[in-house]
Amino acid sequence: MKDTVAQRAPQRASNFEPTKEANQCGMNDRIKRLRKLSFEAEPSLSIERALIETQFYKENYGKYPIPVLRAMNFLEICKHKTIYIGADELIVGERGPKPKSVPTFPELTCHSVEDLHVLNTRDLQRYAISQEDIDTYEKEVIPYWKGRTQRERIFGHVPQEWRLLYEAGLFTEFMEQRAPGHTALDGKIYKTGLLDLKKRIAGELEKLDFMNDVEATDKQEELMAMSISCDAAILLAERHADMAEEMASTEKDLKRAAELRKIAEVCRWVPAHAPRNFWEAIQMYWFVHLGTITELNGWDAMNPGHFDQHLQSFFEKGVADGELTRDDAKELLSCFWVKVNNHTAPPKVGITAKESGTYNDFTNINIGGVRADGSDGVSEVSYIMLEIIEELHILQPGSSIHISSRTPDKFLRAGCKVIRQGHGYPSVFNPDVYIQEMLRQGKSLQDAREGGCSGCIEVGAFGKEAYLLTGYLNVPKILEVTLNNGYDPVTGKLVSIQTGDPRAFKSFEEVYQAFLTQLRYVVNQKMKVSNYIDRMFAKYAPATFLSLFIDDCIARGKDYYNCGPRYNTTYIQCTGLGTTTDSLSVLRTHVFEKKTFSMETILDAVKRNFEGEEKLRQFVLNKTPFFGNDIKETDELAVRIYDDLVDTIDGKPNTKGETFRLNMLSTTCHVYFGKVMGATPNGRLAGRSISDGTSPSHGADTHGPSAVIKSLSKLDQIKSGGTLLNLRFLPSLLKREEDISKLAHLIRSYFALGGHHVQFNIVDTATLYAAQECPEDYKDLLVRMAGYSDYFNDMNADLQNEVISRTENDSF
Amino acid sequence: MSLVFDIKRYAINDGPGIRITIFMKGCPLSCVWCHNPEGISVRKEKLYTKKKCIGCQSCVEACPENALKLTPDGIVCDENLCKLCGKCVEVCPTKALEMSGTEYTVDYLMGEILKETAFMDQSSGGVTFCGGEPLMHPEMLLELLQRCGEEGIHRVVDTTLYAKPETVNKVMANSELFLVDLKHMDSEKHRYYCGIPNERILSNLKMISEAGADFFIRIPLIVGVNADEENIRRSAEFLSSISWQRKIVNLLPYHDIGKNKHEKLRTIYNRGNITMTPPSEEVQQQTIALFKEYGIEAVIGG
Repeated sequence: MKDTVAQRAPQRASNFEPTKEANQCGMNDRIKRLRKLSFEAEPSLSIERALIETQFYKENYGKYPIPVLRAMNFLEICKHKTIYIGADELIVGERGPKPKSVPTFPELTCHSVEDLHVLNTRDLQRYAISQEDIDTYEKEVIPYWKGRTQRERIFGHVPQEWRLLYEAGLFTEFMEQRAPGHTALDGKIYKTGLLDLKKRIAGELEKLDFMNDVEATDKQEELMAMSISCDAAILLAERHADMAEEMASTEKDLKRAAELRKIAEVCRWVPAHAPRNFWEAIQMYWFVHLGTITELNGWDAMNPGHFDQHLQSFFEKGVADGELTRDDAKELLSCFWVKVNNHTAPPKVGITAKESGTYNDFTNINIGGVRADGSDGVSEVSYIMLEIIEELHILQPGSSIHISSRTPDKFLRAGCKVIRQGHGYPSVFNPDVYIQEMLRQGKSLQDAREGGCSGCIEVGAFGKEAYLLTGYLNVPKILEVTLNNGYDPVTGKLVSIQTGDPRAFKSFEEVYQAFLTQLRYVVNQKMKVSNYIDRMFAKYAPATFLSLFIDDCIARGKDYYNCGPRYNTTYIQCTGLGTTTDSLSVLRTHVFEKKTFSMETILDAVKRNFEGEEKLRQFVLNKTPFFGNDIKETDELAVRIYDDLVDTIDGKPNTKGETFRLNMLSTTCHVYFGKVMGATPNGRLAGRSISDGTSPSHGADTHGPSAVIKSLSKLDQIKSGGTLLNLRFLPSLLKREEDISKLAHLIRSYFALGGHHVQFNIVDTATLYAAQECPEDYKDLLVRMAGYSDYFNDMNADLQNEVISRTENDSF
Repeated sequence: MSLVFDIKRYAINDGPGIRITIFMKGCPLSCVWCHNPEGISVRKEKLYTKKKCIGCQSCVEACPENALKLTPDGIVCDENLCKLCGKCVEVCPTKALEMSGTEYTVDYLMGEILKETAFMDQSSGGVTFCGGEPLMHPEMLLELLQRCGEEGIHRVVDTTLYAKPETVNKVMANSELFLVDLKHMDSEKHRYYCGIPNERILSNLKMISEAGADFFIRIPLIVGVNADEENIRRSAEFLSSISWQRKIVNLLPYHDIGKNKHEKLRTIYNRGNITMTPPSEEVQQQTIALFKEYGIEAVIGG
């Protein structure tokens, strides 16, 4: 075996020697090669999809109803796109012409020539593209889409009030770059082929009542489009089968030739029919995944949901029939893991390039958890998946273990051992709490149990819900604007309503009420535009392929974006609870209670970014009760803010007859949000990142993980659609077997107290500094941050410093 | 009044499960390697971390006794003038000055302990009293032990057993487990390294073993002090001669983190310049093997 970085690195980045068991059943040579290829492939841009689409639109726009046009466009792409079947592959299908080659989606947002040059030349997260392709893009693609993209049309609409807040960084808007997404599937595709769905669609078309149903025409168009989408995916699979057969006919290696014939057989069968075995089940999902991310550029891709539960019966049947061994199953699943890793996120344009500096999409495989009947969902497949995560050590897919009170300790401990490796995942979720979250939102018990986490920490009813994340809310910035009477101190512009000069406030309550008034105003502005964008997608960018797999789109004859799903939730992601709480705690404690200093003093210091005020800044940092220390008064303040966020957002109507909800997450947006802010009263300097979803501010928690957990557990997390807790542990503190048990106990304790999610960063600071010094030696160093994993080297300096500055739990 | 110098939550090395550890101030021993030297004196003490000091002189201004001044070596305190009023600590913005030793009430401490019950419940953990030497504070310790007993909280006492037998007996009746530190079998050497002879410790250990108490033995393993074969054999002989169910010894390999604390106390670490070395992997394994000869399982850490 050649000693390459890719192969050597997993051991190096991990803090422990591979276990004996891992050595025995580790990656086989095929998986090592596939992993290496995936790991080393450079992300590139493919203009193929854009060219096919542009040509199709030029010839056909206006000839068909929009849903049909979209489905025919998808069909056209499936008909003409380059097919790739790589050496060693068992699971096939790439979105682009080769691994890590990413198409563009000009119908949503069209990259400019300058964008393409920047992407091709920037140091971090480069996407390679040739000058020839840039020229073609400039000539063929850009002129057609000018003025026609969703993005331009959205920005053409937004009111000035919204624009002021948006530009000041009070919130982001997801849908100005990509289509709404965040979807995970239930188990129906393992029982139903696309031909079955076509029959069902035909039945629904038959039933349409043009006499009494005013929507019958719309439904007809949508159903026809869904049917065409089935044809498209079947065609795509057939083309893979054709190619595999052709390759088999010239393949000299007899073993590989047999594999290629098997691939052809699998692709002839799925997705047209329901899968019959473990291999077909995985390929079935992969074609559906591929179709979804080819049809449109939905946020954060796609997710198989409870994949271990879906595959369990195929695994057990295969083993019982003697047709599948455990090693076969592991190899096929590993192939799938690599496939997901091959699919980097399409690059964005404009402001959000700063927001989320990462190649990541978010396919979060849910492992364990509960079944629809409430019983424990852990099976042998769950353990195989944990082994794969430990051995492959790649960026995507993300993974999470789901630990209900019914989950056996054996599985939790197995998960904790993978956590200990420092890969950054799996993260840990609590079904007992998130099922209650979904029940509170009105989902049926069964649908709630079939749900889980799709990407970061947000949960939904898998296969039955459109739960659209609309963007992050910069809660600390709302406080900043409050403390500046509606002005953004960074630009000096009046960006919001005026709620009074805080220097004149006589009580803490006045400060808080002003903050609340600002919060309500900002959220209202965001919701208005979100509702507008919702309808834009419903009308102009229906996802007719994705709609096939989400109940009850077919039965209702309606699109995923247009009330087709059984549940339709619109989310706003709130960030910076820690920064907001701590800043308010400083004002309450020192200005109003102890009268240590005046409002004038602290606001002046904040305005000057604490220049010449280090003493004051240190005093504030060290002598204020901060969130995350299990201090009653401060935690009650956090609860109050959280409850007011819930009251402001939760239950407000969306465009689908349902409501807005909130979740508490930031992904990497807290870094961007920090950049657009001056200093804050809690001693945070200008430009530094704010706290993430619900974790304490960096360095604010000084009483260890149990105190953090106690603080977090005071929030009634069931009222959200997800909270986020990052805990960072030193690897040396998880060495012994009993340390693993204690980590497991810590997780159980948090979940018994009502925690939704927790994730662990097991790294030591020295390693991170070393990685900054000498990046090429640490290519594999995977870091878990704020809801996702990334390679440390792929993070910008700010993100890297953030990882380093997180509180280490020394008491371990 | 008894002082507490630290409360550590999520303690995972002080007995079974997840625990909260209460550090009581004052110790009859003064081991040269002590890594909590601020736990030795029963009085309050000021700790100073020069690295954190920004030289703002808030403390100098706040001191009613004019005991402090800023020097090139940081803040210096005239101990003859200082009345330990704590005003300097209060105003210090960076926590460079901290007070070691707080007069908490039993009610307050119970409140802190009860904050951790969720973790104790899940992990079969509890509370651990250590120090210093908790048995130096029998009144407060017993009250806390009794209150914890009423709450059904598992109680561990981490002790040198250097105390009156009556005290040991009372504590034994109100706790579930002892963690007993055994430093040296030779009384003279014990006196040399720890400031007091070991007879009382050994007789108390014998007493609690005869009474059927549950205990772990913890030995700081220090090359140059107690890691030699003779001492390990004598320790093992003694431990196999008493009636003891567990027969598990935790070996705590020496490290010099005590240095850091001495700097903060402005005292000198290892004043006598005694050679102390961390045990090599080999020494650790030899020690484990020696204990095994006597039917005792020795494990590293704990």
